Amino acid sequence: MSSPTSTPGGRKRGRNANPSTRKFICFSVFLPNEVDMSSPLMYGTPSSRVEGTPRSGVRGTPARQRPDLGSVRKAPQVDLQSEPPSADGAVASEPNAGQKLVIWGTDVNVGTCKEKFQRFLQRFIDPTSNEDENAGLDLNEPLYMQKLEEISVVGDPVLNVNCRHIQSFDAELYRQLISYPQEVIPTFDMAVNELFFERFPDSILEYQIQVRPYNALKTRNMRSLNPEDIDQLITISGMVIRTSQLIPEMQEAFFQCQVCAFSTRVEVDRGRIAEPAVCRNCNTTHSLALVHNRSAFSDKQMIKIQESPEDMPAGQTPHTTIVYAHNDLVDKVQPGDRVNITGIYRAVPMRVNPRQSNVKSVYKTHIDAIHFRKTDERRLHGLDEEAEQKLFTEDRVQTLKELAAKPDVYERLSSALAPSIYEHEDIKKGILLQLFGGTRKDFSQTGRGSFRAEVNILLCGDPGTSKSQLLQYVYNLVPRGQYTSGKGSSAVGLTAYVMKDPETRQLVLQTGALVLSDNGICCIDEFDKMSDNTRSVLHEVMEQQTLSIAKAGIICQLNARTAVLAAANPVESQWNPKKTTIENIQLPHTLLSRFDLIFLMLDPQDEAYDRRLAHHLVSLYYQSEEQMEEEFLDMAVLRDYIAYARTYINPRLSEEASQALIEAYVDMRKIGSGRGMVSAYPRQLESLIRLAEAHAKVRFSEKVETIDVEEAKRLHREALKQSATDPRTGFVDISILTTGMSATARKRKEEVAQALKKLIQAKGKTPAMKYQQLLEDLRGQSETAITKELFDEALRALADEDYLTVTGKTVRLLA
Amino acid sequence: MPSTHDWINNPLGVVPSLNDVPLHYLKPNSLVKFRCLIQDMFDPEFYMGVYETVDPSTKAKVLRCGKYKDVTECGVDFNSRNTVTAERQTFYCVPIPGENPWVKDISSSCHSSRVVPSTSYVPSRQKRSYEEDDDMDDMDTHPTEQHGNGDCKRLETEAPSSQMTPASHLDLNFPLPGEKGPSCLVKVYEDWDSFKLNDTLEVYGILSVSPALSALADEKDASSSLLDPAECMETAEEQRVHSPPASLVPRLHMLYAKTLPHNNPLLPSAPLEDNSAFLSSTLSEMASVRAELLTYLTHVLLGDALAAEYLILHLISNVYTRRDVLPLGKFTLNLSGCPTVASYTERFYQIIQQLVPCSYYLGMSLQNMNQMRLVPKKDYVANRLVSGALQLARNTSLFLDETQLEQGQLDTTGVRNVTALGNLISWQKVDYDFNYHQMEFPCNINVLIASEGRSLLPSDCQIHLQPQVGPATMEEYLSSIHMHPQASSQLNKLRIYLSVARLLDYSISDEMTKSVEDDFVDMRKDDPQSISAEDLHRMLVVARLLSLSLGQTSLSRDSWLRAKHIEALRRSRMEQHKCVNGNEP
Repeated sequence: MSSPTSTPGGRKRGRNANPSTRKFICFSVFLPNEVDMSSPLMYGTPSSRVEGTPRSGVRGTPARQRPDLGSVRKAPQVDLQSEPPSADGAVASEPNAGQKLVIWGTDVNVGTCKEKFQRFLQRFIDPTSNEDENAGLDLNEPLYMQKLEEISVVGDPVLNVNCRHIQSFDAELYRQLISYPQEVIPTFDMAVNELFFERFPDSILEYQIQVRPYNALKTRNMRSLNPEDIDQLITISGMVIRTSQLIPEMQEAFFQCQVCAFSTRVEVDRGRIAEPAVCRNCNTTHSLALVHNRSAFSDKQMIKIQESPEDMPAGQTPHTTIVYAHNDLVDKVQPGDRVNITGIYRAVPMRVNPRQSNVKSVYKTHIDAIHFRKTDERRLHGLDEEAEQKLFTEDRVQTLKELAAKPDVYERLSSALAPSIYEHEDIKKGILLQLFGGTRKDFSQTGRGSFRAEVNILLCGDPGTSKSQLLQYVYNLVPRGQYTSGKGSSAVGLTAYVMKDPETRQLVLQTGALVLSDNGICCIDEFDKMSDNTRSVLHEVMEQQTLSIAKAGIICQLNARTAVLAAANPVESQWNPKKTTIENIQLPHTLLSRFDLIFLMLDPQDEAYDRRLAHHLVSLYYQSEEQMEEEFLDMAVLRDYIAYARTYINPRLSEEASQALIEAYVDMRKIGSGRGMVSAYPRQLESLIRLAEAHAKVRFSEKVETIDVEEAKRLHREALKQSATDPRTGFVDISILTTGMSATARKRKEEVAQALKKLIQAKGKTPAMKYQQLLEDLRGQSETAITKELFDEALRALADEDYLTVTGKTVRLLA
Repeated sequence: MPSTHDWINNPLGVVPSLNDVPLHYLKPNSLVKFRCLIQDMFDPEFYMGVYETVDPSTKAKVLRCGKYKDVTECGVDFNSRNTVTAERQTFYCVPIPGENPWVKDISSSCHSSRVVPSTSYVPSRQKRSYEEDDDMDDMDTHPTEQHGNGDCKRLETEAPSSQMTPASHLDLNFPLPGEKGPSCLVKVYEDWDSFKLNDTLEVYGILSVSPALSALADEKDASSSLLDPAECMETAEEQRVHSPPASLVPRLHMLYAKTLPHNNPLLPSAPLEDNSAFLSSTLSEMASVRAELLTYLTHVLLGDALAAEYLILHLISNVYTRRDVLPLGKFTLNLSGCPTVASYTERFYQIIQQLVPCSYYLGMSLQNMNQMRLVPKKDYVANRLVSGALQLARNTSLFLDETQLEQGQLDTTGVRNVTALGNLISWQKVDYDFNYHQMEFPCNINVLIASEGRSLLPSDCQIHLQPQVGPATMEEYLSSIHMHPQASSQLNKLRIYLSVARLLDYSISDEMTKSVEDDFVDMRKDDPQSISAEDLHRMLVVARLLSLSLGQTSLSRDSWLRAKHIEALRRSRMEQHKCVNGNEP
């Protein structure tokens, strides 16, 4: 049985650069007296070398070494009945030799294991599979047989096997795979090759098929790795922080006799090469020299993985783990990638110093990677449900469902949101719906692209009304939140920029806040302080949910399905109730119309409110520890609740709900039409649908019902009442947000223009008039106050009609 | 010499401290303690918890324990079935950053009187490894007879500095520039999840300075040219950081650790609640000491009593809890109108330094802002957290001198630094830079900003200094501030006062809640603009700190009125100032 060590003994690797010399060889050969270094789990004795692995039915397709498993093909099998285990002698390696044989140190019987795995391959069906890898496969046929067929067509001899499938098919086989991956995986290899060449006898592969299991449920978090996991199959998630250069690792050494030119090959065993002392041909001693360029090497790469920030407990620094990638897994990942790695966890004692008798008592640990799976790859290009999937324990799901069943769940959740901020219930409800988001719909087939599912919210209001605090809270609550300040961020900081990697001198696309918060929430404080240039990138993000980049030769479109939560201060530092929202915050209406909800956070200035506020604040300052604890729990529950709803609940509109939506929309349009105004646009209808869906998600309901629409309507109206009320008339007027000017204001402008025209016509044939004079005349005539701005606008309107022109201080009539 | 009595009462008191006693005076494998801050947490490591050795001659097998040791005994049998692999965690600990000299002096003087020379002062040969061969000779000659108080102490405090000279090639990663002292690799065997980064600890553990460790590392260095890259999974930098020579960075195997709520050596080590005698005696003196402190600070602040009042409140402020993202209890003070003559701010800082256990002076000059590393950053090559000036222990006083700021341009680092300071003040958190993402670490730092006009950084409270001293006599007055001889017993009283006031509990009765609410509603009724929710927040903090500064653990009507009063004074002063200077916001 080979030891699980896979790090080569330091100096064993040949150097390609300098030609081999005798001296070097001496240095690099196995010294039998040296202390044997092997795995801390000492369940093996030095193995005997068993030649002739079964290749039956494989028809000479070369087997490729699997350095990721260590040197596995030498695993001896032990007859359980014969005692003690005879490691010497040719152990029967034919798979069907005997049922009692198990691999030394394990309870794995090669024959049974192979049979079981073949049965699994031939029979496993997963009709509910939604993995993208299985796209295009018939879900009612054995899954892995179809994959084998694919291999025979494509010729890529790698079979990825989901461990969860094995577990559901044969729990015992799964247990063996997890506990003895080093022995079981080669058995799987054998099994699959036999099966494959039986079925596709004519196919030609570069080398034999290798099985790569993934998704072992053993471990998810780097922090929970412990000594018991050594030599087991584990899956951990993390972020790649560093990759080394490619390291050639010798797999087979080629020796040639200096005297008679007889050559021999020696396989690397546990990182050591046993140099033949005597030439078998001419019997000269110490005549064999290593020939580097005829030795076989395999690729190897060291990768450092760091815990992903989401898995970290607060106040601790992330852990790192070393991973070795072999052969074609080399260069599969780049620093910054988020990956799930399946591999074998190893521990190796520190190197012994020959001159020192005592050893450092610490092991070095690493993972030999068998399978990589990037979790963020598809985030940039499409949907990735699985990566988002958080594992919930059944208890947790039960708690969440209980909570969802409560009739007041909506109120409960909204009050659990930022409890330190007082009142503003509707705003909190709006933000709650934003956290849940609508249902994603894909209309790309019909050419409209996908509909936005994210709800965008703008908060504006007096300074000091805890807008920033609310933003901070949301940023801390959601796993993929970003927080930026409009003042400090530039367009590139929000989108993406290209920079040269100092090490590789490659151009690297660095993503900014909006891309990073894909599937999350981007909180932008001081939205009004943002430069126009920066704000313009938001147009695309907030409706199309993509970001187009054309920079330094890199042209691409990145996904930015982010919900925007922005906060803006009024221009005059205090909110002016006599002005419209647009005038108060001076934002382009094109941008404003992209917000589903715009809330005003104002100081209500009424006594009862003041009293409640004071009470709230004072209690904030002397709340007991227990209450704090309770609330903290609430935040965790809230977070899980949102994550669960976002992943598993996809509500669809019911018939009644659609009717209710249509009515609501028609009503909204009607409100304005009486006064010649339009109070709703299709964008508002979309907003309503999103909000209704989000509300259904809050209830964990798969169906959007009338109550959801009612609440969406109410919230939408509430927000409109605050932000789109025309200060002149007191009516809600959506055109303030869509065109920047209320309908009354527009009407007024027209009236003044007409009055002016009449005035000029009344003056008779005077081709030129003084500007000041005209203004005063108009003022004298009109019963309402005419401001200079209004007058200017009227002049401009007339100039547009080609009725007059204004040059400096004179007004000339045309025609 | 300690008596048995000492052992019973305070068994840990006689343990020599790494902070005070130079490393080469400590016996290897002995029990020592170390007052430190967790600067970085390394990856957990697996070690041989139990292993078997084989005697090469007799072939006798012996089972041994690997816990609390770095190096195994000779002849380890790697194939033994009895080997047990265990896990432990390593923390990189540094002395508490910004610890003021008086703290060091006092804590070392209480130890050196007690330490038994024969156990801890035996110069042991093997510890003097080659790194420190020179300039140590004078120490070597007579350490055994040096257990008298004065002389010995001086040498002890000096010793680390001479020890540091060879360390220049090795960056010990202290958060603040110019710091000295030993750093330590602390091995933790249980419950390591309960420790957090930046915790201040007193660690009791077994000192391991085995020269074998350095030798192992050296061996690596020497042979590194021959090493195969696969073997070298650690880069040279990482190697240097994670296994530095034991003579510079000793290993400490933790037996017991307690988190320190404060590091004021004048306070008894037991928690305040358990020491009612001390507490009641301090509380009774509280008001008088406060008056004394107020006079002293008024003098320092050029005769401005109101500013001195606020300074006291600032000095005892403390983030006592957090409500979701909102830290409660912080009280960042912006002292504007500081005279720029005669390096007033530096003198002012020196006085604060005398009063608080930990402090740091950050001159906000353009150069400093553009070049200093304030935020800790992860160095992935060396695999460690490179410290920055904002990695500070709780309740450290950070003195920002904005009078140093001149016109000019902030570059990217500068902007980032200013943002970091702003975040620190508003949210009491620092976003550590992990290259691919940022990670938020909560902190609890008292920030005091001295500026000419209103500071560019946010603050909880701004007060404009009104010197009672004419500009002509300013110079003279300033030079006399420092001459003011403060008897050390007097100073100690003030130091105890400040630390105790911070540790007191506080509550508001239902009655007072009601009356505060009424007050607020009334004030709003008269003029809604006069007081906002934010103002109420501040008033509540001021009232809290004011009560605590008087030794009262609950809010009284008087304190509330007084808080309102001083707030009103401060606001009126700000109004005044607004009229004088048009560009104030």
